[in-house]
Amino acid sequence: MKHIGILLQALVFSCFLLCPAGSPLLAADYPFGLLLVGPANDHGWSQAHFEAGQAMEKVLPGAKMLYIDKVNPADRQGITIPMLVDDLVSKGAKLIIGNSDDMKDGIREAAAMHPEVQFIHISGDDAITGKSGVNLSNLMGRMEYGKMMAGFVAAMTSQTGKIAYLGPLINAETRRLTAAAYLGARYAWTEVLKKPAADLKFKVSWIGFWFNIPGVTSDPTLVTNSLFDAGHDVVISGIDTTEALVVAGQKKKDGKAVWAIPYDYQGACASAPDACLGVPYFNWIPGYTKLIGEAISGKWKQQFLWLGPDWQAINNPATTTIGFMPGNALGDSQKQALTEFQKALAGGLNLFTGPLNFQDGSSFLKAGTTATDDQVWNLPQLLLGMDGASK
Amino acid sequence: MKTLVSLGHFLYNRTATMILIAALALGAVSLLLLTLGIAPTTIAVAIAHGSIFSWQKFSHVLSLWIPLLLCSCGLLFTFRAGLWNIGVEGQIICGAIAATALLREGSFGLPPALILTLALALSFFGGGLWGSCAGLLKNRGGVNEIFGGLGLNFVAQGLILWLILGPWKRAGIASMSGTDMFVKELWMYTPPGWRVAPAALLLALATFALTAFLLGATRFGLTVKATGNNPLAARLYAIHPERTGLAAMAIGGGLAGLAGGLQAACVYHRLLPPISSGYGYLALLVVMLANYRIAPVPAICLFFACLAAGSIQLPIVLQLDSALSGVIQGACVVSALLVHGLQKRHKGEN
Repeated sequence: MKHIGILLQALVFSCFLLCPAGSPLLAADYPFGLLLVGPANDHGWSQAHFEAGQAMEKVLPGAKMLYIDKVNPADRQGITIPMLVDDLVSKGAKLIIGNSDDMKDGIREAAAMHPEVQFIHISGDDAITGKSGVNLSNLMGRMEYGKMMAGFVAAMTSQTGKIAYLGPLINAETRRLTAAAYLGARYAWTEVLKKPAADLKFKVSWIGFWFNIPGVTSDPTLVTNSLFDAGHDVVISGIDTTEALVVAGQKKKDGKAVWAIPYDYQGACASAPDACLGVPYFNWIPGYTKLIGEAISGKWKQQFLWLGPDWQAINNPATTTIGFMPGNALGDSQKQALTEFQKALAGGLNLFTGPLNFQDGSSFLKAGTTATDDQVWNLPQLLLGMDGASK
Repeated sequence: MKTLVSLGHFLYNRTATMILIAALALGAVSLLLLTLGIAPTTIAVAIAHGSIFSWQKFSHVLSLWIPLLLCSCGLLFTFRAGLWNIGVEGQIICGAIAATALLREGSFGLPPALILTLALALSFFGGGLWGSCAGLLKNRGGVNEIFGGLGLNFVAQGLILWLILGPWKRAGIASMSGTDMFVKELWMYTPPGWRVAPAALLLALATFALTAFLLGATRFGLTVKATGNNPLAARLYAIHPERTGLAAMAIGGGLAGLAGGLQAACVYHRLLPPISSGYGYLALLVVMLANYRIAPVPAICLFFACLAAGSIQLPIVLQLDSALSGVIQGACVVSALLVHGLQKRHKGEN
């Protein structure tokens, strides 16, 4: 026993002697922190932010990203947002980005603790509601346009007229995005394909969070399978990960005529390109460049940025916040129709135009009226014609 | 003189055991890291830097230490009584739910300290009730406390999800982010520059002292020990093993519930689905690593809390997955079990 102990201690000691300590963080003029709700390589929401953060190191001289991924209570049990912010600030971070609606409370608390640090909360609206100090701004993309395109290509491709939406949790953001997808699908169905609106079925299934948490959320793989089994042939994903597309790809290999539309990340179709109709994605580079650039140059001011597509070049990474990358599975005629649809949107087509009713039958927009930004941002219910929970 | 020599031998043996466990755990982890091409010193320095090199970081460590210590104290009661209380996670959740039931209603115009005290008392009651359920299932239904505890964990998880997504959801939003935050006056006071509430710290220290006293210096402690060591023989001394076991489960659950109450009142200021943060399972490892003894528990809890807080550095500084801290924890426990097992075997051969 004693000999084993001596041997092991010698082993540990030699390990420590053999291996030098790693180098500390490199000095940078402007370190900024990025808190990612999911893994940095999720092929979805978090990866889009991570890559934009990396781009800042090239676009903004002196900028250096410090990031922590999987910042959610399930993956980092016991660790809170203020705790992570404290750590990033101690490493010199002068600006911190929280990339999830889920971080709203924690970012607000941390911003109050560190008034000398600037914060960007993605997808929140504290800058409008006044719930935070002037050191917190909000940034979001007008993904409604991306979702309209997703709904459009879904309806143009569907053979059954049954489209499903794999939703995360229910809040104002997810309601407006889901409604936008429905409006895009309905436009394709009624205005392009000239079919009766009643023949279009649009089912929404919420899993409970932005990604799968075993034992807590519904399993997106199982939910997608059940949606396909129920006869839906296109699933539009609203969650941060690619399960819907992966399932569609497996079924496609089995000879089924099904498709999926992932979300968030430009390269998301790579998981199953042959089943992918395209992906509406966020490109955070313009928003990050503006807000971090202003902070670096001492011109920071609290603001709420809700940036849309660059209609002249919808996939230009330097200028567009919302893009749509057509997938391999999108047919030529559908692709042509999508181009026309994009031109119409760029020309002023607004699908949030009345008459539109809420799911419970009450009036949302009277004939001829268009929704204000506030009405779209705070959409209280799904729309009539959509099948799924609103609250 | 003989006593001093015996004490010297005792301390020498204990120290040697701890060194052996540490060496075994560190050796295993170091080998793993070297295989992955990572220097063990790099990891050690990063974790230490992120946990103990500043008061702010150390106070974060303390905020993790408190619930872990409370749960571990609760487990000392149940392990002493010969019971495996696997339901700690559920008991934490029930404690948090009980505290939230009061805190979400506001202060009713009463002093916040009174409301917070009541909320923590409720959390002890809530966790104790849940622990008692596992005890009653064992006593009355013949359900092994391991399976009863596990089952009740699932029920508690379902209950908290239902409350957060249902009756206690935020206005218009069913969010996994949890309930609305409590009004700020009901956040436990934390001085500027601190990240842990002094009152919570004192409560944890007092709980540990009381646990040590109850288990080590009272008739109740002796009764619990007798029940755990030999329930059949305990009956000869007019001890009721079922009743004692139930009391141990209730106290253990109560302390876990208190941890849940502090999580809601002090750390998150709201109720959220993963409020238990895995402390229930981690506390099991702590008590096993302590070889079911009281004295080493605070230090082991502190070590685990340092690992948890310091592991944040791994992705930031080294771009490594912080799950590595879980590997270190696991290696420590496996090493401890191995060393204790070898010691028992060695004694048996002699």
